[in-house]
Amino acid sequence: MRKVRFLLVLMAVLMVGGPLAVEVSPAAADEAPATAAIDIDALRSMVDDLVAGSFGDKMTAVRDLADSGDDRAIPVLEAFLNGALYTRATDGRVVIGERRGRGLLLRDALTLEELEVVPTTAVNRVAINNRLRGMVRTALGSLTLMSPNTERRRQAAHAVFRARSADAEPLLQEALAIETEPSVRRRMERALAAIHLVHGTETEQRVAALEVLGRVSDREVRTLVASVLIQDSDGNPVEADDAVRAAAADALASIDGRLALWGFAVNVFQGVSLGSVLLLAAFGLAITFGVMGVINMAHGEMVMLGAYTTFLVQQAFRMWAPDAFDYSLAVALPAAFLVAGAFGIAIERGIIRFLYGRPLETLLATWGLSLILQQLVRTVFGSSNVEVGNPSWMSGAVEIAGGFALTYNRIWIIVFSLMVFAMLLVVMRHTGFGLRMRAVTQNRQMAASMGIRTGRIDALTFGLGSGVAGLAGVALSQIDNVSPNLGQGYIIDSFMVVVFGGVGNLWGTFVGAFTLGIVNKFIEPYAGAVLAKILVLVAIILFIQKRPRGLFALRGRAVEN
Amino acid sequence: MTVGGPLTRLLLGSPGGLVLVVVTLAAAVLVPVLHLTQPPGSPFFVPTWLVSLLGKYLCYALLALAVDLIWGFCGILSLGHGAFFALGGYAMGMHLMRQVGDRGVYGHPVLPDFMVFLNWNELPWYWLGFDSFPFAMLMVLLVPGALAFVFGFLAFRSRVSGVYFSIISQAMTFALMLAFFRSDMGFGGNNGLTDFKELLGFDLQAVETRLGLFSASCVALALGYLVSRFIVTSRLGKVLVAVRDAESRTRFIGYRVEYYKLFVFVVSAMMAGVAGALYVPQVGIINPSEFAPAFSIEVVVWVAVGGRGTLYGAALGAGLVNYGKTYLTAAMPEVWLFALGALFILVTLFLPKGIVGTLGGMGDRFRRPAAERRAIALRAAEGQRAAE
Repeated sequence: MRKVRFLLVLMAVLMVGGPLAVEVSPAAADEAPATAAIDIDALRSMVDDLVAGSFGDKMTAVRDLADSGDDRAIPVLEAFLNGALYTRATDGRVVIGERRGRGLLLRDALTLEELEVVPTTAVNRVAINNRLRGMVRTALGSLTLMSPNTERRRQAAHAVFRARSADAEPLLQEALAIETEPSVRRRMERALAAIHLVHGTETEQRVAALEVLGRVSDREVRTLVASVLIQDSDGNPVEADDAVRAAAADALASIDGRLALWGFAVNVFQGVSLGSVLLLAAFGLAITFGVMGVINMAHGEMVMLGAYTTFLVQQAFRMWAPDAFDYSLAVALPAAFLVAGAFGIAIERGIIRFLYGRPLETLLATWGLSLILQQLVRTVFGSSNVEVGNPSWMSGAVEIAGGFALTYNRIWIIVFSLMVFAMLLVVMRHTGFGLRMRAVTQNRQMAASMGIRTGRIDALTFGLGSGVAGLAGVALSQIDNVSPNLGQGYIIDSFMVVVFGGVGNLWGTFVGAFTLGIVNKFIEPYAGAVLAKILVLVAIILFIQKRPRGLFALRGRAVEN
Repeated sequence: MTVGGPLTRLLLGSPGGLVLVVVTLAAAVLVPVLHLTQPPGSPFFVPTWLVSLLGKYLCYALLALAVDLIWGFCGILSLGHGAFFALGGYAMGMHLMRQVGDRGVYGHPVLPDFMVFLNWNELPWYWLGFDSFPFAMLMVLLVPGALAFVFGFLAFRSRVSGVYFSIISQAMTFALMLAFFRSDMGFGGNNGLTDFKELLGFDLQAVETRLGLFSASCVALALGYLVSRFIVTSRLGKVLVAVRDAESRTRFIGYRVEYYKLFVFVVSAMMAGVAGALYVPQVGIINPSEFAPAFSIEVVVWVAVGGRGTLYGAALGAGLVNYGKTYLTAAMPEVWLFALGALFILVTLFLPKGIVGTLGGMGDRFRRPAAERRAIALRAAEGQRAAE
């Protein structure tokens, strides 16, 4: 019971941990209403200057557009910056072009109304140079820094940080003075500090800027601060000011320290994520191996069947209920459990029960079965990947500090694996089926003499193990490519989990999966993914020297043979 | 069975084995002679492609023999024997690479092409010595042998057996496959070693060289069979069978089970290494896919089809299954995996003794007196009850 409580606490921590981080939704926040600060003809004349005027006119036009504060100026400037602003050859109308096959879809530059699709020869691109680019970036920054839309302001602050143009400073100060949203404020302060650092002339101001920057954990900021310490080819520092260099070194050390901490946290997260995937894939193996002493080499294919069931369920949703797509996984889970479970029972009744007492032969027969299932799926669905979508609540990521992001699908899979684990624990400990299953695991003959129908238990156990593998397939379809080889990629790793954790005890699988996952992810940065895997395999081979039957081994005479 | 001198026991004890030795040795002489003397149109002419194909089968047969030696007689199911095969192959491939000399695409006098491509300046230390043929041949035996020794020592000492051993051996070959896929390992990465030119001064593309390699494979298979047969008919072989049938009991009697297992495992790995070394010059390439766990399991099914614990049956099974593979992958490629999968299931369910065992069993039934047959049936029924 203590273990169950620990699990609940763990889940609670995970649930609470989520909302603490800043949320970044992939769908941009709702469009802000256009602020019609200025009438459209005035804007048009500015745009005309931008297109046709002299270089000086263009600069003025950019500045005027920025000063207008009108939202409609944003797409024009963006298109100008990206080289998507054109004049139509026939009438000289200023348009924004968007690729459509070989041609361009033209939109009016200000109203954005769709005009026509023309070949690229029918328009002339409005030229831009680097100086103008800098100005446009700043102008865009000013148009967006004061936008009523929080998300746009945040992006704008980031854009200013990247451009670090001195022109943006007064604007940024102005924006900062009225900004109330803390997360946007932080970004603006960061941008301001960057400008001060790069363009400032007084030592004090630049040192203060470095102090601000030193409090941020972000890779881009780190690059900026590190650039202060660059040396030229003779080994002399490029930055002449000693005080600034010292402050930069301090800031860099503080950033690096925090980045390392975040990197550590992210490693743990990725390890836990890999562990949860291994856990889901290994549950079924551990159950069938523990109860029946049978190695099911077709286990990976049960996972694959679960993933393909998800695909079919999603296809059905796409066809008949595209609006309810977000609920497709709720249907896919029981469906995958039933499909894989039914296959499992069929395999047990059709093949495995004839091979009891011959574990090595069972291994070969189930391997043959896995070849057949793979080829069957390949014949029916083709050998390329099928498309399984993420529901909206599983896409996107939570950004934590330092530019690290945790994707929602990974977080959900961790939660899901813990739920499956808890469910299995309940089934094993608190149901009659679980009781009989454990009895058969510990002593088959004795259980049989007590009136347990061991054959039936075997079939149901196999069904349960396979069904859980099907659930794993649903989870894996959300983070991996769904192809006929899906199961093969996980089978050896799940074997290692079972060998490491020991059989007949779900806690062994639990500890084994998370240990292997975390160890793998911690070796990876130093040794690379492949070498990490090799090292883990070697470590397991050495580990079983000490514990030949895994971490949580069953004991007793019944185990020996 | 009359017990005569050791040679009689070796050869006459198993008629099927005798046939195997005679056929392979005859093929070693006849195939080259027929190829060189008969005109291409003659029904007795053996075309070059067939020589290469048969040579490949012979190497597979030797590998299957190695697996049967440990699985059939000692109960060790290795799902990683492809690793020893591939290591022997790589040792041979490294020698062949060194023989290329400056005829590579980049024309470097010492370094193989892929090292020049990776901007390496000198040979890694583990490539030294492979320009010498005797050294390379020694490595063909020693490298798989050493790996089998270390791996087997660790596994058998801690009494890892049964399916645990199978899975760990599968992990071993999987790890090696991942390792050899890495370019910076110095074994050619993905592409492996290929574009060989000559062996001992003979052009590998020449028909005569191919015939020579074919004969060598025949002789190697016959020798491999005799060595295995010698081991299993010796007193040591009896202990091995005892280990297979009742490991704990053998240990309690006082035998150091792990040393017997280790010995036969290392011998088997060396045989697999020789098979790999003969295989590489005949197919002209060695790459990490030979380490794939799927290949190792396929080898086991060859043995199962032919008949586990019969030695010559394993060789027969390797030939039959690979003929089926050659035929089906050409005629109906999508059917091959279905057929292979079905073969795994059907053989384990309905032909547990394999082709040779089943046919031999039928023969025995006519020869054995009725009383003995009854005793066997009784024992089988008991065993059945015990298993349930």
